[in-house]
Amino acid sequence: MKAADLQYAACAEPDEAVARLAAAQGMAKVCAGTQSLGPMMNLRLAQPALLVDVSRMPALTRSGLRDGRLVTGAAITHARFEDGEGAAASRGLLPQVAAGIAYRAVRNRGTLGGSLAHADPAADWVSTACLLDAGIHLVGPGGSRRVPASEFFLAAFTTALADDELIVEVDWPVLSPQARWAYRKLCRKPGEFAEAMVAIWTDPSQGISRLVIGALDGAPAIVSGEAAVNALRERAGQTAQFDAIGLDDPYRRQLQSVMLARAFAQLDARPGPETTP
Amino acid sequence: MTLPITLTLNGETRSAQVEPRCSLADHLREAEGLTGTHLGCEHGVCGACTVMIDGAPARSCITLAAACDGRAVRTIEGWGDDPVMAQLREAFSQEHALQCGYCTPGMLATAHDIVTRLPQADADRIRLELAGNLCRCTGYRGIVLAIQRVLAQRRAGAVDAA
Repeated sequence: MKAADLQYAACAEPDEAVARLAAAQGMAKVCAGTQSLGPMMNLRLAQPALLVDVSRMPALTRSGLRDGRLVTGAAITHARFEDGEGAAASRGLLPQVAAGIAYRAVRNRGTLGGSLAHADPAADWVSTACLLDAGIHLVGPGGSRRVPASEFFLAAFTTALADDELIVEVDWPVLSPQARWAYRKLCRKPGEFAEAMVAIWTDPSQGISRLVIGALDGAPAIVSGEAAVNALRERAGQTAQFDAIGLDDPYRRQLQSVMLARAFAQLDARPGPETTP
Repeated sequence: MTLPITLTLNGETRSAQVEPRCSLADHLREAEGLTGTHLGCEHGVCGACTVMIDGAPARSCITLAAACDGRAVRTIEGWGDDPVMAQLREAFSQEHALQCGYCTPGMLATAHDIVTRLPQADADRIRLELAGNLCRCTGYRGIVLAIQRVLAQRRAGAVDAA
């Protein structure tokens, strides 16, 4: 249970990290908190020749509003979100999501960008980024690009990120006063990886109705539009809906059905859209 | 190849050369002789290896020693006369919160975090926060009671002081 031999380089700037990644020709991994990569290295499921540590880059630990979006650095820890980062802009969603990730000792080290790059289907940030269609900003040898979350996750542990690219920041919509959200997941024990997960975001003022089913075998299933979301509310758990996302195990269908019901109940329990007196 | 690191380890500045693959836990145990940091699962699940990095609990088995360069690390050996830890030690003894003691260093690190970060925590919240620390012998009742005892003492002390 010890990691294989490797080299390690802590980088101060994204360009330096990209140069090291490019030079390693696919044998390097970006690391920050190593809360997912660390176990994988100890189990020897991952044996990178080089780790490029980006956790101390100032550019990756900043957050703020830009062009009407909340922009959060990729190396911000889950604990920082739990303690209030992005609370106002997300109307409480990001802190609640973060508080449910693993355990505080893990949240103190693990990062937003690391979770997105790892792309475990049961990861909370993966489903949340898909729910809000966050923009994932990457830098590589050819410059920078923004990939919407809905196009970033290709399959389990598989993303649009190239070997020589690095996630630098994530942009999120600022939720309006009319927005409502719900987030429910099923873990056999608090902090375990979820076995089922449903998140919902509605905003009548902007015509948004969006639902994500996570903890699947692959990338989260994104359901967009009022009619499609309402169909899940009214006929939660019907065979055809799960057929469409490739979920054929009856037990797992039942778990997701229960999460759907709980998420809609949470959504309905929230105060109605704020009205101007 | 080894890398130079400098830690503030239990209050003392300590410099060392570490292999990049070496975990913080292995560095503490093997290079520093601080065997109070226990290794259970070595993949971040059991919590026995939990230490403080810059004052916050962290898994030393899945944190590289090299990544801790410049950080302050506190292990079970390093609490000295910290008043919260003194109360926790006494309460763990009073409530029979350990049997074999293997999980205890990690339990105490997490307990210290609960007491200082969540002074209003009730039993349910304590259990939620302890979900990342596994005990295989005594069970959790004594541990939860010990943390509740310290929280109650501190709340009473805050009232007395006011």
